[in-house]
Amino acid sequence: MAELSRDEIREGLADILEEVAGVNPDDVADGKSFTEDLDVDSLAMVEVVVAAEEKFGVKIPDDEVANLKTVGDAVSYIEKG
Amino acid sequence: MSIGSRVISLGHYQPEKILTNDDLAKMVDTSDEWIVSRVGIKERRIAAEDEKVADLAVRAARQALENSGHGPGDIDMVVVATVSAKDVCPNTACRVADELGIATPAAIDVNTACSGFEYALAQADMAIRIGSAERALVIGAEKLTAVTDWDDRSSCVLFGDGAGAVVVEGTDDPELAISPVVWGSEPSMSDVIRIEEDVPYIKQAGQTVFRWATTQLAPLIEQVADRAGVKINELAAFVPHQANLRIIQGIAKRLDFSEDCVVAEDIVYSGNTSAASVPLALSKLVQDGNIASGAPILLFGFGGGLTYAGQVIRCP
Repeated sequence: MAELSRDEIREGLADILEEVAGVNPDDVADGKSFTEDLDVDSLAMVEVVVAAEEKFGVKIPDDEVANLKTVGDAVSYIEKG
Repeated sequence: MSIGSRVISLGHYQPEKILTNDDLAKMVDTSDEWIVSRVGIKERRIAAEDEKVADLAVRAARQALENSGHGPGDIDMVVVATVSAKDVCPNTACRVADELGIATPAAIDVNTACSGFEYALAQADMAIRIGSAERALVIGAEKLTAVTDWDDRSSCVLFGDGAGAVVVEGTDDPELAISPVVWGSEPSMSDVIRIEEDVPYIKQAGQTVFRWATTQLAPLIEQVADRAGVKINELAAFVPHQANLRIIQGIAKRLDFSEDCVVAEDIVYSGNTSAASVPLALSKLVQDGNIASGAPILLFGFGGGLTYAGQVIRCP
């Protein structure tokens, strides 16, 4: 996959968050916490991760999911591939 | 000896006592809203202190036997699926047979946790196919509240007690025969659901189980339909293990069911009852009368082990 910019990754994540958890794309920013700010519960987070793996061609193991607290964390993880 | 076996009757039993989400909110830090949104459960049934797994099994089995039109003398095999029976010898199957007056059956307990009923049904089906049994009682029975950690708010909201049973007998009609079981396990993932000697309560890694169930099981369920020679969109009903409403919906989303296919969601009123959940949900579904006789119903159990098993049966 061609290298994606942080903005492109964040936009892709926003699409996933909207579809899986009904999050308004305008609310998706690096500083936002999935659980506290975007109301994504632990199971919805798994759905987001599974969809992100498919979309961005990365592997996000369960152990890693707990470290992805904010949108910015997830963008950085996906950016590193 | 028959070319196969078929389900001829069903029965189920749930204890009288209902535990609602509001009741749970008085015991641990939780709420009706939290539980319904996370797992889709509104209430569950709780067995009495002195009610054992065998007692629940007997109630369901007696109803299935009555509905079959046969008597205890016509049964020559009893298989009980359970992960929560505290008594290990005699096994639950012998206790059930004795209570019902079934004199000399082959009597087996099967423990594959939440897929236990499908494994048990496969045992009965094979025994009938090879001529070692003619008519079997297959039961899933659980008292999960006896292995529930009531201080663990993430798990104690999930579980309930109950039992479901079927009578299975030989058939030479391939259309009606139970399909060959598709079964297996993921032993390398065993640690994600446990009830062990040092911690004798159900402990699970919820996110890992959720990911496994919602991403790995749909293709296995398609295999079950393939082995039965039935298309997914021809199924009249889908009765998966009632683990969590979001798992059931997550799996269903990946399968091409017809609009008329009934997807069992008994978990809403019964909670997760492990090996009892499929026969319990199935018995209620058939009792409601919405499934035509002879219509294909896909059963699929999955859980601790991580084990899984499924087959297609025809509505009695």
